[in-house]
Amino acid sequence: MTTLDRAINQDKLHHSSHVIAQEHEHDEAGNSMFGFVIFLLSESVIFLSFFAGYIVYKTTTSDWLPSGVEGLEVREPAINTVILVSSSFVIYIAERYLHDKNLWGFRFFWLLTMAMGSYFLYGQAVEWQSLKFGFSSGVFGGTFYLLTGFHGLHVFTGVLLQGIMLIRSFLPNNYEKGQFGVEATSLFWHFVDVIWIILFVLIYVWQ
Amino acid sequence: MTQITSEALSHEAHTSEIPLSWRRYFSFSTDHKVIGIQYIVTAFFFFLVAGIFAMIMRGELITPETDLIDRTVYNALFTMHGTIMLFGWMFPVLAGFANYLVPLMIGARDMAFPRLNAVAFWLVPVFGSLFILSFLVPGGPAQAGWWSYPPVSAQNPSGQWLNGEFIWLLAVVISGVSSIMGAVNIVTTIVRMRCPGMGWFKMPVFVWTVLAAQIIQLFGLPALTAGSVMLLCDLSFGTTFFDPAQGGDPVLFQHFFWFYSHPAVYVMILPVFGIFSEVFPVYARKPLFGYKVVAISSLIITGLSAVVWVHHMFASGTPGWMRMLFMFSTMLISVPTGIKVFAWVGTIWGGKLRLDTAMLFALGGLINFVFAGITGIMLSSVPIDIHVNNTYFVVGHFHYVIYGAIVFGLYAGIYHWFPKMTGKMYYEGLGKLHFWLTFLGTALNFLPMHPLGLMGMPRRVASYDPEFAFWNVLASIGAFVLGMSTLPFLVNVFAAWIAGKQAPDNPWRAIGLEWLVSSPPDVENFEEIPIIVSEPYGYGKSEPLTENMGG
Repeated sequence: MTTLDRAINQDKLHHSSHVIAQEHEHDEAGNSMFGFVIFLLSESVIFLSFFAGYIVYKTTTSDWLPSGVEGLEVREPAINTVILVSSSFVIYIAERYLHDKNLWGFRFFWLLTMAMGSYFLYGQAVEWQSLKFGFSSGVFGGTFYLLTGFHGLHVFTGVLLQGIMLIRSFLPNNYEKGQFGVEATSLFWHFVDVIWIILFVLIYVWQ
Repeated sequence: MTQITSEALSHEAHTSEIPLSWRRYFSFSTDHKVIGIQYIVTAFFFFLVAGIFAMIMRGELITPETDLIDRTVYNALFTMHGTIMLFGWMFPVLAGFANYLVPLMIGARDMAFPRLNAVAFWLVPVFGSLFILSFLVPGGPAQAGWWSYPPVSAQNPSGQWLNGEFIWLLAVVISGVSSIMGAVNIVTTIVRMRCPGMGWFKMPVFVWTVLAAQIIQLFGLPALTAGSVMLLCDLSFGTTFFDPAQGGDPVLFQHFFWFYSHPAVYVMILPVFGIFSEVFPVYARKPLFGYKVVAISSLIITGLSAVVWVHHMFASGTPGWMRMLFMFSTMLISVPTGIKVFAWVGTIWGGKLRLDTAMLFALGGLINFVFAGITGIMLSSVPIDIHVNNTYFVVGHFHYVIYGAIVFGLYAGIYHWFPKMTGKMYYEGLGKLHFWLTFLGTALNFLPMHPLGLMGMPRRVASYDPEFAFWNVLASIGAFVLGMSTLPFLVNVFAAWIAGKQAPDNPWRAIGLEWLVSSPPDVENFEEIPIIVSEPYGYGKSEPLTENMGG
């Protein structure tokens, strides 16, 4: 290779990798999504710890149920479960509408997701009201309220995030820099959903 | 330095920056280099505070009787010594090194999430102050040891809602939030922000070890958070998770605690392995021996760290099969760490050694680490562990790890990168004095703890049998030497920072991206994003590191 060739080649390589470097740096939405996913993975370990604790208590405690408590009513929480799990599909539809740039379709299904999430929280509040045991009723009461409460806090956060995303959808040029907010909220919602399924099986099905 | 590229001007996050004034260190800066130094300096403050606690304790222990301070105060001091050393000094100082060095080493202009980075840092003074302020609440600060085991930690002797243990748990949770923010940021930066040509096996080992350490934060820390939240509920909201009288299980807390807090040791020492791997090649003028193996062994340590925690609980009623299993997994850890030790020895073997302060600290740290590793393997063996459980042998072992290896490595790192960070040269004579005082103090302080532990002296006591007096006096003298050793260091860094000689870009003739930019680097680090063409540590080879910046 002559010196000139080399120089040209170098220049080409230089140029192309410079472009790569630029893209590399400015893929901020990609960074945010990556960061959010590893955050959720980390967050899931808190739930796993609580679940592990629950299993240990459930299998080793001699007087598991507090006196006067027969067990948990499954019917209402099962309806709640169906609603929360379905909302994961609804939020997916909302995302598809946004993808097709149909903003009103997005807003409708997004609001529907929020309504379903809110109903879930309402249903849980009603259930808590009717229970005969409290947070300090032994490890049974403690783990029950800790798990459902910590999960409920996540549902609440999810609905709050959805509200922010809904308001932001009315801002002009909101989606110019991509849809990270909507995608992350939706991912968070699926996460909260999966956690609930495990939680429902552990607490309500396995009695 | 005054050159500001048009790109820098358009970069919104940096326009509000006050360029190169000391004031920026007190501002909500989003520059990773400013945040890195903020972390390191703040952490060093907490290091001194917790060090003073240790010196008061050693003052108490210089005689067998309880004559200097009240036993309750002693309990508070050892609790806060351990807590502040770990949460206030270790994790923040390492976050500082990672912040400062990782973007420079991978050829990025900043971290992936600059604002998150600043928030994570500013939580450090918040939870650090909470720890210190807890001395003012009725009943004093937490007194249950840094591990905060129930039932001791769930007692709340003052009966107040706002008690020392409550503040302790709150501060630990805030520290966890800060660390998770940092971990998400650092891992994203390393995975996604590397410059062109910087493949996995072109990354400096420091970056590898930081990645390995931060992955541990991500999977380990949430377990401690879970345990802390449950303990907080027991303490303040009447639950009985850890109260055996009401169906609870105190050993479960130990599982939560150690599932994080053993791997936490690797969070601390892995980046120090990285510092060793950066320092030895420079001062031995040889490539790092077995670069790829050293890099991969960091991830092996990460993997193994998740399955060793029960070795802290051999005396907690752990069943025999579990003891065997965890004894075996713990011993396995010595394989990847041994690989690293051999690699460092291989690096300096036959090298042209230059014994500057950074190299002295790295060599001293390596020697201490080998000793600490040997007592570590002793402790992993169930019969020995049960014999010396809760004695000074354990205290001696982990202080050799944490002070002897980690703090030495951190000092090596501070001296090595000081010219880069500040643009000034430190004073070599003061540096060497600092090293010898630290080395002597470490041996005098922590070696006597081993015979003490084997003789049966328990840890966390303010008074002891007179037969233990000799070794305790030695240890106390060592503690005061260590306390004094920070003085030449402080004089050195302050004097050099203010009035030191200007540092060249590459005072050690080191190979690495951070040494190709000015000292200190510009706000945006690189005028042009580098393109990497060769492996790191190319000492004795003539190939350039980058295509466009030389090296």
